[in-house]
Amino acid sequence: MTEVQGDDPLVLGGQKFGSRLIMGTGGAPSLDVLGRALTASGTEVTTVAMRRIDPASPGSVLDLLAERGIKVLPNTAGCFTAAEAVRTARLAAEALATTWVKLEVIADEVTLLPDPVELLDAAERLVAEGFTVLPYTNDDPVLARRLEQAGCAAVMPLGAPIGSGLGIRNPHNIELMVQAASVPVILDAGVGTASDAAFAMELGCSAVLLATSVTRARDPELMAAAMRSAVIAGRLAFRAGRIPRRFYAVASSPPVTG
Amino acid sequence: MEIVINGTAREVADDMSLDRAVELISSAATGIAAAVNGEVVRRGSWPSTRLASGDHVDVLTAVQGG
Repeated sequence: MTEVQGDDPLVLGGQKFGSRLIMGTGGAPSLDVLGRALTASGTEVTTVAMRRIDPASPGSVLDLLAERGIKVLPNTAGCFTAAEAVRTARLAAEALATTWVKLEVIADEVTLLPDPVELLDAAERLVAEGFTVLPYTNDDPVLARRLEQAGCAAVMPLGAPIGSGLGIRNPHNIELMVQAASVPVILDAGVGTASDAAFAMELGCSAVLLATSVTRARDPELMAAAMRSAVIAGRLAFRAGRIPRRFYAVASSPPVTG
Repeated sequence: MEIVINGTAREVADDMSLDRAVELISSAATGIAAAVNGEVVRRGSWPSTRLASGDHVDVLTAVQGG
């Protein structure tokens, strides 16, 4: 597979990654299941959330990631304002010795959709503080442009609401973002199954970020392997170039003669 | 004096330093961060940070998410 893929790394924040699948850690029933799924996914970067320490909590997700050599990407999940997100990013930087942050500023608990005004404000502040900002954003090409102009290292549009598994609801907007962006466009949220991940890559996304579709699958390890293959397949198809859609058939065999 | 650590009120010695307050929650050498009244305090400054009555201390770490 490696020979076919060739030298095609994901370049994100100045770093190269062989895998274009970024797996989050949320939703796994246990650290053991999570560990096996992460390994099967082949991911080299994974997201974590920052929360108050629970002394009763068994094991540490950080140990799990360190054992596997997976880069930790803290998120600002649960933040509703730019101020909260900036504070969470600073805490994460202090705890995890990283200046990378997956920036999430959500508008409400029902949709978990990003609040664009707060998101852009937080992005501008964190870029100014030297963070490598990876914003979880709406599938809005204009907002994506503004985030890129603010200095974000990528834009990460949702395909559908977090955890919904509804796939990519507005593929045209994702394509518009890919066409316009000079930073990686990473499909983040909404993936339900492997074909959604492949579709994101076929649309030209640089990577896919997902969690629930793997961690809450009946067999997370198996679904992680499926996602790994899907992202590779989608990327190869994008690079290969799909044929144009035609209304009528085009024979693939030569006409019968004589 | 009384301070609030991770949402729970606790009676502690007057003028307790932040590093001692954090120890009440975690002895981890890495992977944790602390804030006093919402302001992040860098680890190197914990011993010299004196807490006052009513301060809110948060001690955080990374958990599964996202």
